[in-house]
Amino acid sequence: MHKHLSRYFGVFALPTLLAFSVAFLIPFLLGIYLSFTEFTTVTDAQFVGFSNYIAAFADDTGFLDALWFTVKFAVVSIITINLFAFLLALALTKGIKGTNLFRAVFFMPNLIGGIVLGYIWQVIINGFLLFWGVDITVNADYGFWGLVILTNWQMIGYMMVIYIAGINNIPPQLIEAAKIDGATPLQILRKITLPLTMPSFTICTFLTLTNSFKLFDQNLALTAGAPNRETSMLALDIYNTFYGKIGYEGVGQAKGVVFFLLVAGLALLQLYITRSREVEA
Amino acid sequence: MEMRKSKSIPTFILLVILAVLFIAPVFVVLINSFKGQFYISDAPFSLPNALTFSGLTNYLNGIEKTGFFTAFLYSLFVTVGSVLLLTLGASMTSWYLIRAKNKVSTLLYYLFVFSMIVPFQMVMFTMSKIANILNLDNPLGLIILYLGFGAGLSIFIFSGFVKAIPLEIEEAAVVDGCNPIKMFFSVIFPILRPTAVTVAILNTMWIWNDYLLPYLTVGNDYKTIPIAIQYLQGGYGARDMGALMAMLVLAIIPIIAFYIICQKYIIRGVVAGAVKG
Amino acid sequence: MKKAISFFMIAVIFVISLSVLGGCNKESAETIYFLNFKPESAAAYDEIAKVYKEEKGVELKVVTAASGTYEQTLKSEMAKSTAPTIFQINGPKGYANWKSYCKDLKDTALYNALTDKNLAITEGDGVYGIPYVVEGYGIIYNSEIVDKYFALDNKKVKLNSVEEIKSFADLKAVVEDMTANKEKLGIDGVFASTSLKTGEDWRWQTHLANIPIHYEFKKNGTNISTDDLSEIKFEYAENFKNIFDLYINNSVTDKKLLGSKSVTDSMAEFALGKCAMVQNGNWAWSQIRDVAGNKVKEENIKFLPIYTGIEGEETQGLCIGTESFICINKNASEEQQKLSEEFLYWLYSSDTGKKLVTEKLDFIAPFSTFEEAEAPKDPLAKEIIRYMNRDNVTTIPWDFTVFPSQTFKENFGAGLLSYSQGSKTFEEIKNDMINDWKKESK
Repeated sequence: MHKHLSRYFGVFALPTLLAFSVAFLIPFLLGIYLSFTEFTTVTDAQFVGFSNYIAAFADDTGFLDALWFTVKFAVVSIITINLFAFLLALALTKGIKGTNLFRAVFFMPNLIGGIVLGYIWQVIINGFLLFWGVDITVNADYGFWGLVILTNWQMIGYMMVIYIAGINNIPPQLIEAAKIDGATPLQILRKITLPLTMPSFTICTFLTLTNSFKLFDQNLALTAGAPNRETSMLALDIYNTFYGKIGYEGVGQAKGVVFFLLVAGLALLQLYITRSREVEA
Repeated sequence: MEMRKSKSIPTFILLVILAVLFIAPVFVVLINSFKGQFYISDAPFSLPNALTFSGLTNYLNGIEKTGFFTAFLYSLFVTVGSVLLLTLGASMTSWYLIRAKNKVSTLLYYLFVFSMIVPFQMVMFTMSKIANILNLDNPLGLIILYLGFGAGLSIFIFSGFVKAIPLEIEEAAVVDGCNPIKMFFSVIFPILRPTAVTVAILNTMWIWNDYLLPYLTVGNDYKTIPIAIQYLQGGYGARDMGALMAMLVLAIIPIIAFYIICQKYIIRGVVAGAVKG
Repeated sequence: MKKAISFFMIAVIFVISLSVLGGCNKESAETIYFLNFKPESAAAYDEIAKVYKEEKGVELKVVTAASGTYEQTLKSEMAKSTAPTIFQINGPKGYANWKSYCKDLKDTALYNALTDKNLAITEGDGVYGIPYVVEGYGIIYNSEIVDKYFALDNKKVKLNSVEEIKSFADLKAVVEDMTANKEKLGIDGVFASTSLKTGEDWRWQTHLANIPIHYEFKKNGTNISTDDLSEIKFEYAENFKNIFDLYINNSVTDKKLLGSKSVTDSMAEFALGKCAMVQNGNWAWSQIRDVAGNKVKEENIKFLPIYTGIEGEETQGLCIGTESFICINKNASEEQQKLSEEFLYWLYSSDTGKKLVTEKLDFIAPFSTFEEAEAPKDPLAKEIIRYMNRDNVTTIPWDFTVFPSQTFKENFGAGLLSYSQGSKTFEEIKNDMINDWKKESK
């Protein structure tokens, strides 16, 4: 129909494409190239093959520790956030008085930025730990659970909203019919609500997963890796390798590429699972 | 019905308790922002008293140290500019890419979608380097960077809705003699308006709070709110807990205001964005 | 509608082209860029920039890196097209990292005016870094509280005044007895909090560690500018432990809570009279002065050497030296290099400049352009000068400028925190430190 649409490329797509090239495409390709070189500024890059990648995984760079910490963190937060968010969504779809207000309150932390959140919780967690005469830097476990609590506070509301949408999509007749057949609330939950909100579960699981993997601001503000970088997650570790150590730019960039591959792998996994679910349905 | 009501009372109480817990952290910070800077770490949960109350000192100190109002203006300028440009640029691009339907446009579409999954740390150094070479290391340039880095998700969300627009509507417009530009703005964009709101809200939440991208590109010269707060921690050789608390409060206020005004759209936008994204 | 689009397009193209084209004249020739290392001097430098602009019409842009992030900021700023024209390195280590940026300053007026030419960073014939401030640190004490202690009837030590403290054993006896009497003295602890928060731990991982490392070099006859320093034994680790234990066991703050204490907290404790002593340097004066509700009197602020129980410490003085060497970026334009030189010489030689140096920056400047009277008037700087001019006192130089890297220091600091909190033994952190030194020296 639009015969001459390609003439309008300059108007519709070019500005965005230019910005896209500058902010993403060129940096991305250059980043891959630099991960195989040693450099301090871009112009002095020397090709070094895979040695940056080998160095990235060496014991003393902390990358594997950060990866393990991130994985542990991701697993715990996925479970807790989704569990709490789903329970809240169940409670808020029962027509209780003030539902809208509750929903608004639970969602609110999500709008606050990571740096601000981190410092808010630093004060509170240190305040509580003070009762035992310690603070968040004493033990990596405190930092770990601090981060878990913080992300729960931040993300429960977001996931809850998605679950509420999922639950509201269940045809009410289905539940009415089940009730008439004498099903208990637990049975309704297991046989109707849970299966029919599966798509929401998939979405939320992957949102929490990728958010947990990419967490940076909160980590920087809450613990900055203390004690002894034991609470550094992947993103912070990459940042510190890059900017904290002279001569480690190449290694930092290599870590960045590995990080990208990890996150991309998770995204593909999500795509695959969502697709196969859709076929089933 | 009777049964449900009696059962909902414990749930209601539980929800009230939870809601209080959710607000409490912000409240604690608010209280501490009125206490002297050396009385915060020792007893963060106590109310200010005659000894510890410091009035607005923390606010005045913090505003002076961080240049809060300048930071606020930078944040506002960058966020509003980027969100407007992103919404417009991404809607136009995604409509074009879907309708042009050739190899190039398909390739571009996938490139944009691909950029969504690339974490920022992968490109942080190279992006800030290129931004510097091209002189984009200023608030205006930052807007262009956000257009480029945020285009992926926004185009992805728009595309889903563009595909759903019936071709007949566009054909009718063409018959009426509209060129693509006029048609886009008089026919397509109004249809996409709800999606545009979603995109705008998701991007606002991201850009307003973003720390690392602006820090690495413009952070030494133009401090947005998150950068100013982080700098307050390490800068000036002095860590002023009081000023920090006060700045946290000031940083939260605009967010809460925005939330109260646009609550309906925000929650709707999140759902729409999540289902698509 | 068409209008709106064209407007949008024009705007986008305008912005992009403006910013791309703008590159040619972004940095006007009249601008110099100074990347400042000292956060406590940020405000003073802003004022200097203003005065300089008024007097010479040259724009001086000052950026101050957040505490503990100087190397990181320098690195990202140097990669930019508008790189700093004046920056600083912290000694031979810093020079090794930044040598490709350091201009040879041997013919500059500033180097000419340097009192002790040995202090500069040199390589071959060239001079690449000029020290611009001499600083000293030790144990700052509030003589009012200490004198009150010596006047107590029930004091257990034989000494009668703080002047008689000549060794670690003396210091320990006094401190521990003061702790026992802290209610009478009206303090919460003898020492201010040993701040071990990340980025706030440099007083221990760098300054305190300087003492045992210096004695180790001295004992082995190591020449720090020529010998191989890739390995140390930390022979005086026990002495480090002595003083560190004394600090954390007689502190205002429980040792498990030190991880969230900052330098500001410590200085405020001192200023508010909650403690009698704090280890820090003369740069801390402004932090003491500026605390609201300040209780300590200016004339009562004095310095004591840091004794650790090493043989021969009776004549030990303060740790005096510098880790602040000014450099000019040789990759900047000729014009900017010239302007930078002029600015630096103006700051350290003109009357206006010198006044700003002594009164705003509170620097003891190592240049012959300064008369004896032109020194900072604050109590700590006066103490440093007093110690420098005292006979029979051996000043400890700042050998920490050869510590292998920031990472080394951070790791040692983190180790000290774990030790204070009881999760690591001193033996462990000692071994970690020795290994880290070796690893980071590569």
